[in-house]
Amino acid sequence: MADSTILAKPLALHWQQPGPRLFSAIKGLLFLVCLLPLAQLLWHTLAGQAVNPIEDLTRGLGTWTLRFLLLTLCVSPLRALGAPGWLLRLRRMLGLYAFFYACLHLLTYLWLDQFFDWAAIVRDIVKRPFITVGMLAFGLLLPLAITSSDGWIRRLKRNWGKLHRLVYVIAPLGVLHYLWLVKRDLQSPLIYAAILAVLLLWRVWRYLRPTLAARVK
Amino acid sequence: MFPHEITTMLIKTLTDRLSSTDITPQEVYLNRRQFMAGSAGLLLPVSAIAALPATKSPLSTSEKPNSRDDITSYNNYYEFGTGKDEPALYARRLKTRPWTVTVDGEVTKPRTFDIDSLLKMKLQERIYRLRCVEGWSMVIPWIGFPLADLLKQVQPTSRAKYVAFETALRPGEMPGVARRVLDWPYREGLRIDEAMHPLTILAVGLYGELLPNQNGAPVRLVVPWKYGFKSIKSISRIHLLEKQPPTSWNMAAPNEYGFYSNVNPAVDHPRWSQATERRIGEFFKRKTLPFNGYGEQVAGLYRGMDLRRNF
Repeated sequence: MADSTILAKPLALHWQQPGPRLFSAIKGLLFLVCLLPLAQLLWHTLAGQAVNPIEDLTRGLGTWTLRFLLLTLCVSPLRALGAPGWLLRLRRMLGLYAFFYACLHLLTYLWLDQFFDWAAIVRDIVKRPFITVGMLAFGLLLPLAITSSDGWIRRLKRNWGKLHRLVYVIAPLGVLHYLWLVKRDLQSPLIYAAILAVLLLWRVWRYLRPTLAARVK
Repeated sequence: MFPHEITTMLIKTLTDRLSSTDITPQEVYLNRRQFMAGSAGLLLPVSAIAALPATKSPLSTSEKPNSRDDITSYNNYYEFGTGKDEPALYARRLKTRPWTVTVDGEVTKPRTFDIDSLLKMKLQERIYRLRCVEGWSMVIPWIGFPLADLLKQVQPTSRAKYVAFETALRPGEMPGVARRVLDWPYREGLRIDEAMHPLTILAVGLYGELLPNQNGAPVRLVVPWKYGFKSIKSISRIHLLEKQPPTSWNMAAPNEYGFYSNVNPAVDHPRWSQATERRIGEFFKRKTLPFNGYGEQVAGLYRGMDLRRNF
């Protein structure tokens, strides 16, 4: 279908069913927007205004990992609330960005915090629950990132969906990782916990609804 | 690029940054003071703009102090919010004049000191390392006087085994106390021998000028061999007593913050390591020293004590 008709179509229809070129544009735009937090963090770190730039960078990358995880989990509920179907086709990018920010977050820890002192890193993972949990979350994210390609989706068939339900474990681990590292003021991690709880409880409700409805009858 | 090349690149960026935000030159300070004296003289009492005359001290470190910007914009002062930048944003609301410090309890001559009388004490510059329990550190040029100088004036009795400190509680001026992050008012305590130790000071100034509010104006404690939270800010009361007083962080999480809280690389915080620290402005981390490097002067205070148990 030619997008030359772009102006002929009513706007609502473009929203519901964007043509391939419009969709590519949306996707390209999202790709760039998702890089903005990184750009901002790097600017903040390297511009020389931050007092403790490495700490800010590490924390910032962790926060954005968590935000992308939650954004990924927002897609299905939004869809159920009437958002157009193409949103689903953007979910993979959001998930991969969560992985991207998680990689950078991990790298800042391994490099700028521990300077690749592997013995100290292993001690840290074993001894400190918040690091154990963070590493576990990253380890579980890894297979999801690897199997995110079309080829793997085809190869794994129904198992792909089952595998990717791991995100329901990864996201709570991520929130726990944040909760356990905070010194005293739990407000910020609890906000993430609350949002995650809503997103997960909605899924529980959706899963149980048919059973519950049947029982009422 | 190899990791070490990136490392070198980052170090360069950070050293460039250091040289540009280095300690503010003296002339700039003098000019700033002149400007303040000229423009604000009509509005402010003279005491608020005067430089603090202070003698140098052999107890100062020769390490390079952090910039005034670093010291005054990265603070933990939960009465003004839990973000590091919040004290610098909100602490100006605190009215530090008039201000009194009541010293009472197990003393022969209880007394309420006016802040102006404290500013007239024999002031010294003490350049100290400060190690935060969170794993970062700074070098800070305080102006102050030994706490012992004040305590001698009230004559502690033989029953005075501990010293309790309290931060002023001003809900109208301290936006952070609306939330019970800690059990306000902020409280700290020392054993009497720690309080009388020559390294323990009450600071009233920083970088040759009056203490900025976010750093604990008008008067704060500085105990350089303990984690920073022991050095209580904006003190309104000092109470001498026989029993160990309750202290804020210890009340909040007794398994994480002990009464002593001496800097100790061998005793980790339950949730993170205390073996290393990042000196603000440096790229690589440093090894944390026992008693924050003041072991020679203070280790004797704890002879025979199990510091793992008394953390």
